[in-house]
Amino acid sequence: MSLTPSNYNIVPLIKREGILSVLEKGSRIDGRKFTDFRSLSITQGYAKKAEGSAMVRLGDTAVLAGVKMKEDVPFPDTPDQGNFIVNVELLPLAYETFEPGPPDENAVELSRVVDRGLRDSKAIDLKRLCLVPGKKVWTIWIDIDVLDYGGNVLDASMLAAVAALYDAFLPKVEINGEEVKIIKEEKGERVPMNYPVVSVTVAKLDKFFLVDPELEEETIADTRLSISYLEDGRIVGIQKFGSGTLTTQELDAVESIARASTSRLFEELKKVITRPEGGVTQ
Amino acid sequence: MLTLQVQKPKLILEDGRRTDGRRPDEMRPIKMEVGILKNANGSAIVEMGKTKVLTAVYGPREMHPRHLALPDRTVMRVRYHMTPFSTDDRKNPSLSRREIEISKVIREALEAAVLAETFPRTTIDVFSEVLQADAGTRLVALMSASLAVADAGIPMRDLIAGVAVGKADGTLVLDLNEEEDMWGEADMPIAMMPSLSQVTLLQLNGNFTPEEFRAAIQLASKGIEELYKLQKETLTSKYSAYKEVN
Repeated sequence: MSLTPSNYNIVPLIKREGILSVLEKGSRIDGRKFTDFRSLSITQGYAKKAEGSAMVRLGDTAVLAGVKMKEDVPFPDTPDQGNFIVNVELLPLAYETFEPGPPDENAVELSRVVDRGLRDSKAIDLKRLCLVPGKKVWTIWIDIDVLDYGGNVLDASMLAAVAALYDAFLPKVEINGEEVKIIKEEKGERVPMNYPVVSVTVAKLDKFFLVDPELEEETIADTRLSISYLEDGRIVGIQKFGSGTLTTQELDAVESIARASTSRLFEELKKVITRPEGGVTQ
Repeated sequence: MLTLQVQKPKLILEDGRRTDGRRPDEMRPIKMEVGILKNANGSAIVEMGKTKVLTAVYGPREMHPRHLALPDRTVMRVRYHMTPFSTDDRKNPSLSRREIEISKVIREALEAAVLAETFPRTTIDVFSEVLQADAGTRLVALMSASLAVADAGIPMRDLIAGVAVGKADGTLVLDLNEEEDMWGEADMPIAMMPSLSQVTLLQLNGNFTPEEFRAAIQLASKGIEELYKLQKETLTSKYSAYKEVN
């Protein structure tokens, strides 16, 4: 059952007024422009036991993604494709109101939005995760741990997932007819990626649209719209978060703002994923 | 090899019609009814083609456990659930991750409409049961929920009407059927408070160019107007009968 949250991060009215009065002057509390992302760093290979990993820091938000894989049987309707599963954990160490336990609705929603962004964009070449058609495929687990909850966890999670996937190698396999020998200790091919995908979140706060909201902006925002994009501007996923509303004209405006902000993210991603031994296909 | 090789069917036929004979901008037949359960404070059933969802509303009533009550507003509790026999293969009755997400987006959409400050320290429970699932269940559930909340006499800013728009074989289509949902290139559920022109629910599964996205919203708005008219008729036809008494 989904309940109106009661453990909200409370922002005092005076703080809200402060944030709004700065916005009226054309700036944000941390000095950013409305369309700016916060400082961003992406570090691949942060978790060495994972087949691929990436730590993303977006302002005060910290997210760590790890990729693991195992051999599996394919789904009956996709006998020649591998699978992937995304799971986001809002860890209790990430924020004062987070508690241990199974993922709550917020974590489930985040997982599913990241999953859809990766799936509908066809960013991962699932056909190349097939070992023996109808018999054996790879299942890729993309586990995303939120370590520091500082607003806009979705965009950080998407960046971490993509960077970790580009960092990841499958174990070495020797295929002999229908016989598959997996050599876990040796690196095989890279996880087959077609292209990167990014998510851009825009918060609607009063009459303002703010790209990459930090925690206080996010808390007092009426609603948030997150849009996933490919580099050519194609939209590969949308999710509206929160109980506020938007007019169709506002949707138009938000989409344009979000699309304009993707270039910075692709740029930052490419700094880490474009490498001579593989990575991004141009 | 025991595998099920399913080929993608043609979604738009030679005559420009869809697999179920509809035009791209045509919705499935719709049926709505309110006040069909005795115990609930409000109830509604909505059918769209073969999709059928029943919603009951209890409340505003005392919140248990008490510590979850809010001092300045009501707490909305929403559960979207599919009966095990609503799908081709039996669905496990426990709440799936999909149902958890949909319950959340429906709650958020409803909260935009309900005047929550009217009932502090209370809860309003909204239970939606999908009886038949054949694409578009979250929107049919949301529409029946908004009718059931209205039927319970809870003040709202507006009713909520919603429909999915998508892309099948490159053509924008209104109110996806199950084949289009499964094989189409995009599925965008969108719900609005039509009198206020406010979007309360928006998701997209699949891919759109920015131009297609804008055209899809226009197409959805047309369908939403039609659904909204039906919702109002459903409510007035039930309640106009009581008008003479006062």
